[in-house]
Amino acid sequence: MLESTYIPAQAGRWLSQWQILFLTIHALGIACFGYIVAKRMVPLLRAERDFRFDQPLVRLGRVLQFWLGQWKHPRYRTAGVIHIVIFAGFIVLACRAFSLLFFKISGDFLMPGFSGTTGNIYDVITDYAATMVFFCMVIAATRRLVFKPARYAVPPGYGKAHTVDAIFLLVLIAVLMVADSLFAASTVAGRFQQGEPVEALAVLSLPWILKSALASTSLPTLWNIRLGAYLLHQVTFYFLLCYRPFGIQFHVETSLFNVYFAKLNRGTLKPVRWDVSDEHLDQVESFGVKTFEDFTWKHILDFYSCADCGRCSDNCPSHAVGRPLSPRFLTIKARDYSFKHYPVLGNAGNGTALVGGIYSDDEVWSCTTCGACEEECPLLVEYIDKIVDLRRGLIDDGNVPQSLQKPLKALESRGNPYGKMEKKKAEWAKAKDFQSTCDVKILDGNRQADTLYFVDSITSYDDRMQSIGRSTARILDHVGENYGILGAAERDSGHEVRRFGEETLFMALRDHNVEAIQASGARRIVTADPHSYNALKHDYKDVPPVEHISQVIAREVKAGKVKFNPVENQTAVYTYHDPCYLGRHNQIYDDPRDVLDAIPGLKRVEMKRSRDRSFCCGGGGLMLFYEPKEDQRMGVKRVQMAAEAGANVIVTACPFCMANIEDAIKVAGLEGRMTAIDLAELVDQQMIRQVCATVSVNPPDRVAQQESILEPKTAIGG
Amino acid sequence: MEILVCARRVPDTSENEIALNSAGNDIERDDLVYSINEWDNYAVEEALQIVARIGGTVTVVTVGNDDDEEVLRREMAMGANHGVLISDPAFDGSDAKGIATILKTFIQKGRYDLILTGVQAEDGGAQVGGMLAALLDYPFASLVNSLEVLDGGKLKISREIEGGNKEINEIDLPCVLSIQTGINEPRYVGMRGIRQVASVPIPTFNASSLGIDPSNVGEAAARVKRVDYFVPALGKGAQMLEGSREENIDKLVELVAAKGGLK
Repeated sequence: MLESTYIPAQAGRWLSQWQILFLTIHALGIACFGYIVAKRMVPLLRAERDFRFDQPLVRLGRVLQFWLGQWKHPRYRTAGVIHIVIFAGFIVLACRAFSLLFFKISGDFLMPGFSGTTGNIYDVITDYAATMVFFCMVIAATRRLVFKPARYAVPPGYGKAHTVDAIFLLVLIAVLMVADSLFAASTVAGRFQQGEPVEALAVLSLPWILKSALASTSLPTLWNIRLGAYLLHQVTFYFLLCYRPFGIQFHVETSLFNVYFAKLNRGTLKPVRWDVSDEHLDQVESFGVKTFEDFTWKHILDFYSCADCGRCSDNCPSHAVGRPLSPRFLTIKARDYSFKHYPVLGNAGNGTALVGGIYSDDEVWSCTTCGACEEECPLLVEYIDKIVDLRRGLIDDGNVPQSLQKPLKALESRGNPYGKMEKKKAEWAKAKDFQSTCDVKILDGNRQADTLYFVDSITSYDDRMQSIGRSTARILDHVGENYGILGAAERDSGHEVRRFGEETLFMALRDHNVEAIQASGARRIVTADPHSYNALKHDYKDVPPVEHISQVIAREVKAGKVKFNPVENQTAVYTYHDPCYLGRHNQIYDDPRDVLDAIPGLKRVEMKRSRDRSFCCGGGGLMLFYEPKEDQRMGVKRVQMAAEAGANVIVTACPFCMANIEDAIKVAGLEGRMTAIDLAELVDQQMIRQVCATVSVNPPDRVAQQESILEPKTAIGG
Repeated sequence: MEILVCARRVPDTSENEIALNSAGNDIERDDLVYSINEWDNYAVEEALQIVARIGGTVTVVTVGNDDDEEVLRREMAMGANHGVLISDPAFDGSDAKGIATILKTFIQKGRYDLILTGVQAEDGGAQVGGMLAALLDYPFASLVNSLEVLDGGKLKISREIEGGNKEINEIDLPCVLSIQTGINEPRYVGMRGIRQVASVPIPTFNASSLGIDPSNVGEAAARVKRVDYFVPALGKGAQMLEGSREENIDKLVELVAAKGGLK
């Protein structure tokens, strides 16, 4: 019956005989897709609220940057470039697809503005676009089958490999491109044989190659090929459209929305409930995510949008050290759950507990909230909020590892995780030889100051970290800052308490601190602890502006108030380790480096993983108490990275990094060959003290001999 | 199963720096923070797990004063159905037998199948459980570190004995058990949970409502009296090994072996 179709010379006319079939395919395809998408919307509608409708211009800007501009993709050079080409090709071809779709309606349908010269140029571009996409499919399939990048592998315990599905989708797209090109090639070849005027096909493009191959084909065969190509294109197109919502390629549809609705504020956490204020939280029956429907609609959209590229897990320090956490599978498992419990055919199942079901406790507690996964994700999928929400759920059910219960209890009764007495909070400042040269005011109502130095628990109580506190105080003193501390009135900032899901305890700590800070009368806050910095900046309200000490130092170096003696040790090679909550979460990368580079004679190298790809040291706050299942410590990996970079001094700007890195130096057997120093300690050690000669004889505390209250993890809870 | 857990509020040893007062007859109690006695917390968790398996209720009782309500609320936040405070100035200064007498009277006013105590209190002497069982004339097992409910009003329990070994026993209900730490992993109780039970009324009993003759309890009846507190003097400093890591390891092994630590 196909024979009857080649007789009319005009393509439009023979197509009209197939009108009903084409229309049926269109109608079926669109109806199926609409139905599937409607079904996929069900969990989103049942999910928790999420407020993502503010700042439309900012969101549009991010769509331009991260969606249209594919901003994150080149971070993985090969895969990124391939994706950009495919994406660009898709955008170009989407327009062509429209013209093909509407072709059936009218033989001479042309998109507005696509006639004449611009039309010719557009045709050339689409020819090349299809060609590029086709070759990208070949390259992508080759990578999957031959080169097998490690990040695509599915680790044991996470189900079967995704290669077959990936290849199937790549083949479908390739078929679509070939069908598209074949249609163009057979049209041109046919018209040419009939002596009609034809536009030139783009040289060396897929349609051009196919046209050359079809040059000697008979006219009837050509029209059959043309018809077949059109049919193949249409069927493949609709099959893909309806198949995509079942797997990783759903991101083609969802990515635009996922990027538009992505979280705007780094370093922040979502509230327990978007629609419940702090005061009314006590009335909320259940906290956090316990069942799938407790996720917000945006988080479910994240699950749909994940392209399974593996970049998150490739950068996840927990994954790298063998903890039972892979951000990629946090998403994939949730998506599988969603598809299983909200099937396209049939009714939604009952919500079952996620932890103990698809997730394990250890998986949820393993995250350090370093943010490496979110930094990397090209689709701006969020992880930290989900982890924290899952933890909120566990806390609410009392399901907390024993190792964390003691510090949480101590935070409740004493305001610090170590169970130390409140009245000893300022003892670090009372060390004899320190106090004689540097008087740290306690802002208890009797004394006032402009600047509050927020010390936080670890720096206040840990013998080793107290040195960071004293160095910070000396620096503030040196630059003439009128500053003081809260002393016994200061509680833990609660940064990790909140990130471990204990929202109520966090709120109590926060409220206490806010009151104490307001009562102190200080107009600005400085801290040397990035975790407190992040808490004060993002988790607290109604407190004065806060700065990290590295920002203060950088400013004073520029202003000429801080000058440095040259580094004496010529063999020292420094490297700067970006603390997660200073770098990734707050974008402070340059200030600490500027300070280091201002020290004469200081040799500095960068680790391969630095700045926004910094590798977490092991986590701060309560993470120091948690006993993870892991093959290796993150810190050990980190000090090895420093050694690889040729450094022998690791500079950091966070007391928790210091705790983890100093520990790791010992564990890695690099003692004597590698040291760690806090930026504040280094500045304190190197800065030129102008006025009083007696001051300069007090170097920063020698740090190595001091004992730490942070017992090695193996000793806790035995 | 109706389970009663006898609990107690004690100064938290991990969050206090315990020091003697100037008179030397008590510890310095300003600035102390208190929590539930650790063993009692395990007992409550065990009770909750039993009830989760076979049904019933858990009641937590403490002999103390208004401040002690906080531990009752904590255990109620954990899941205990009822908290009961037994409080009377006449009870002050009771020795272990006095406390056991008070508890016995309370228990006899209700119907409990199983009574759990902690093995000991952080500031106590591991006496109340046994005395209570004797006063009630119930069977008693101490140092219980696993528990299984059998048919026919019996429990199968294991007791921790020296060297980490276990002794398995069968015991008839009703009985008194003292629960050892490690029998389970007590669930976490956060501030939110405590707040949610903040307004639940806690029944309070005193000597007259229980019908206790004040002369049988309290300081006057106590036949064991605290006369002093003693903090042992610090011993000599640790022995520091000097040398390379390998040498130190060899020396350490040698020393530990010499003291009988290695076989």
